[in-house]
Amino acid sequence: MIESSHISVRNLSVHFPLGRQLFGKPPVVRAVDDVSLEIPKGSFFGLVGESGSGKTTLGRAILRAAPITSGQIFYRDDEVEYDLGDIHKEQLKDYRPRAQLIFQDPYAALSPRMTVRDIIAEPLEVMGITNTREETDDRVRKIASKCRLNLEHLRRFPHAFSGGQRQRISIARALVCNPRFVVADESVAALDVSIQADILNLLESLRGELQNTFLFISHDLSVVAHICDTVAVMYLGTLVESAPTRSLFSNPGHPYTKALLSAIPSLDPDVRGKAQKLEGEIPSPVTPPSGCKFHTRCPVVQQRCRSEIPQWRELSTGHSVACHFAEP
Amino acid sequence: MTLLTVEKLDLRFDTDEGRITAVDDVSFTLDAGEVLGLVGESGSGKSVTAKSLMQLNPSNAVYGSGSEIYLELERNVVDVLSLQSARELEIVRGGAVSMIFQEPMASFAPAITIGNQMVEQLLIHTALSKKKAADLSVEMLERVGISDAGKRFYQYAFELSGGMRQRAMIAMALSTKPKVLIADEPTTALDVTIQAQVLDLMKDLVAEFGMAILFITHDLSVIAQTADRVAVMYLGRILETGTVRQVIQTPSHPYTQGLLNSLPKLAAIDEPLTPIAGDIPSPLERPPGCVFHTRCPKAKPGVCDQSIPDLFAMGSGQAAACFALTQDWPSAN
Amino acid sequence: MDLLSRSKQKVTDQSLKEAYFTASQTQLVRARFKKNRAAMVAGWVLTLMILAGFFSEFLSPYAPTMAGRDKQYENGPPQMPKFWDENGFSLQPFIYGTKRERSIKTNFRWVITVDREDRRYVRLFVKGWKYSYIDLNWDLPGDAFDVNFKALTFSTHLFGVDKGGIHLFGTDASGKDIYSRTLRAIFTSLKCGALGVFIAFVLALIIGGISGYYGGWIDSTLQMITDAIRTVPPLPLFMALAAFLPQEWSAEAVFFVISSILGLIGWPTLARRIRTHLLSERSQEYVLAAELCGASSSHIIRRHLLPSFTSYIIVDLMITFPYMVRLETALSFIGLGLIDPVSSLGSMMQNVSKADILLNYQWYFIPVLFFIAFVLAFVFVGDGLRDAADPYTDARK
Repeated sequence: MIESSHISVRNLSVHFPLGRQLFGKPPVVRAVDDVSLEIPKGSFFGLVGESGSGKTTLGRAILRAAPITSGQIFYRDDEVEYDLGDIHKEQLKDYRPRAQLIFQDPYAALSPRMTVRDIIAEPLEVMGITNTREETDDRVRKIASKCRLNLEHLRRFPHAFSGGQRQRISIARALVCNPRFVVADESVAALDVSIQADILNLLESLRGELQNTFLFISHDLSVVAHICDTVAVMYLGTLVESAPTRSLFSNPGHPYTKALLSAIPSLDPDVRGKAQKLEGEIPSPVTPPSGCKFHTRCPVVQQRCRSEIPQWRELSTGHSVACHFAEP
Repeated sequence: MTLLTVEKLDLRFDTDEGRITAVDDVSFTLDAGEVLGLVGESGSGKSVTAKSLMQLNPSNAVYGSGSEIYLELERNVVDVLSLQSARELEIVRGGAVSMIFQEPMASFAPAITIGNQMVEQLLIHTALSKKKAADLSVEMLERVGISDAGKRFYQYAFELSGGMRQRAMIAMALSTKPKVLIADEPTTALDVTIQAQVLDLMKDLVAEFGMAILFITHDLSVIAQTADRVAVMYLGRILETGTVRQVIQTPSHPYTQGLLNSLPKLAAIDEPLTPIAGDIPSPLERPPGCVFHTRCPKAKPGVCDQSIPDLFAMGSGQAAACFALTQDWPSAN
Repeated sequence: MDLLSRSKQKVTDQSLKEAYFTASQTQLVRARFKKNRAAMVAGWVLTLMILAGFFSEFLSPYAPTMAGRDKQYENGPPQMPKFWDENGFSLQPFIYGTKRERSIKTNFRWVITVDREDRRYVRLFVKGWKYSYIDLNWDLPGDAFDVNFKALTFSTHLFGVDKGGIHLFGTDASGKDIYSRTLRAIFTSLKCGALGVFIAFVLALIIGGISGYYGGWIDSTLQMITDAIRTVPPLPLFMALAAFLPQEWSAEAVFFVISSILGLIGWPTLARRIRTHLLSERSQEYVLAAELCGASSSHIIRRHLLPSFTSYIIVDLMITFPYMVRLETALSFIGLGLIDPVSSLGSMMQNVSKADILLNYQWYFIPVLFFIAFVLAFVFVGDGLRDAADPYTDARK
């Protein structure tokens, strides 16, 4: 494993059985299929993909909230090193405070029956990080003010808050145990534009302050471009491209990344309809296409793509792509 | 030629918690062959405005006394708000006005085939025979780029993917040749690559059918790509209106400026995002005066929190409702 | 305090707003329930009826059983206390004395005539028949199980008359006071429903809870059993049971058996609701959030699932209750449950099903009105609670 990596994912596959069948094996959803990934320490790592790309499942697998069908995930910080596929109960208990999740929906993620103070304090109490109520309150107040929450509002219940405020509560809860690694799963997707920018700035400033690693999962390339330093692109459960943000956006290697970039509607009314459009639909992850999974929609598809799975290869330093024909 | 006129539309909802203002003094016109974008965040009243064009708002909606909506057709002028019976309402529900929704699954009946639904709608609104209606439906499905249209005609909505469903929805909405199409966040639930396809399709269809579109979205870039004119709404009021170039390239209302600044732009990755300060107030706590003054960087106490600014014409069709644009606003401080 | 309405008006009072923001789930539910006028009225009606049921002995001048019959006033019409008539005004309400006669003139039917000169005054807190609040007198099958224990015995009643009898709702064929019987019937139906709901609820909580929390094959098996029980047609089952119930069993034993059967066939619907609720609550993101903190199952059940549950359970019970009462009534009505000498709403409704009564003794219908009011009150309160318990019905529109 690479020394500077916080998370190393090796040939990870996560398959879910689809329903139950009386006879024979049920069909499986190949949510994540043979993915390898290194998330450098202290980075803001973006994971981009459309629906069904497996980005959420990958994030959950790293948090041990989704089953690992095959492959390995390693976690390493200054103190410990865990093989998450083969972690026992005691280690898992120690792993929980190190890796936390910020949810997408600021309404569903907060229990409507607990005060904001109790919601934020729950991880501390469950994990046994603090011993006295004063200590807990102290930690809660510290993180709440970092997340720009009004301390007088801690007594309130979530129903008193708007979407943006709820998302700040959600963030405070995820960060209260001082995790070294945080997965933010579509954490701004449900918010209005004017609020979204505020939450993104908050995440960025928190990262600067707490020095932790973020895995930022999103479908929105422009958001990822702004906040992440490294970006990986997923399509139908596989990784198609991974590169430092600047390199990815200025010089995308994979035809899917190119199409994704040009599909974003431009804010300039004078640049209309100049995008290179992808044909067809996203195939089902139950019956993914053979060879390169993108070949059914790829504008530069060749005979070879239909049968041969492309190798993961490095185009330039840190810029890797899974396409037979990509050139640096 | 003006097709649709909305005049001083006022709409409140009677709820347990009291009267909630959803739309406040909204006026706009829509010309034939024009795409008007209605942009706003949650609670801006953009969807409610659109639904009142078809009288689709729930029964606890109360229209203000001065509210008027006129639909100018070739032969007559329809006063939309005076329509009562289901028969009279046919003209704005699928006749001269059609609507496509964010979630097409919700607008197709789950137990009726797509074909049957399209034919049924055509039988209500046109004088076509059943056979002709079926032919036209298949033709429309083909036109919106659905492969195997003949086969899809006999399928149910759940058998189609999200993008296909949205195309079928558009085919259905356009089959009666409406004069006005209301598109309520038609691409928000779609993936980016599929969204691009659907936006392209809609652009082609406007050119082909020459109808007017009221395009409702929260996404300024989608508006930039589709609309001719834009109206920016916030808490039920129109704060700025103008051509799409004016509003996006030279926004004059602080809210429009803030919205554009807070948008992450691919062309300028390194520029910091500037959010609009504060939160959108709850509809129960509607600010007095200018609705935006609680978050406005230019807000002046005693002015903006006291009276409501009118739309101030900036010339060449752009107008914004902001005191800072008027003559007597002291430029210093 | 009426949190909702006041906070939603133009609130200038910060403390009131804060009260709304810091209001817990229960407080919000209560506030929302209070705003529902129909449910509030139904709630009061229900409370009054339950209280009347509980204190039925105190409120009724005569025992609702054969012991309390008025031989001189069989099939007698309701007597309304009056304050004045053609003979003058009286501060104390009075009724008239009656005479009963049968002759060739009356076709040999007993006919009751009112003697308007014979005033009988209504008195409060009169001494009458004895009753005990704790009265364990179970004549269960087998002598060893018989219990006979009385405590808190009183003989004071709210009202009575100085001589003869007062029958506010009239009397039935054997002279039993319908007013007293109605009060007792409400109590019997309440007891029967409560016992039925309790048995159904305990079974449902265990079975639905296990099914919903563990899922997988346990869930499938339990669901299959539940479905099997739901397919048992209740009517033939009751017919069969009625045939098996020994005739010599006391009213209490029959009552107990009937209630238990109500519970035993009532649980599947409730179990299914509990399971569905658990399944949906378990997949809530805040439960996953707790799991990601490493919270144990017991912590999740205690902190998240149970609290989310109680309001739903109360609502469910409230909604199930009238069904139980109705089922008991239906059974008694077709003669399978509690029959005449026992006062239950069903057995009293059974009396109405004769043409003779319809034509001559319409006051037999008074208990039916009470039954309708009783069930409606329960349904309104249940609906009101259900609407109030869902915190985001309006907040997330």
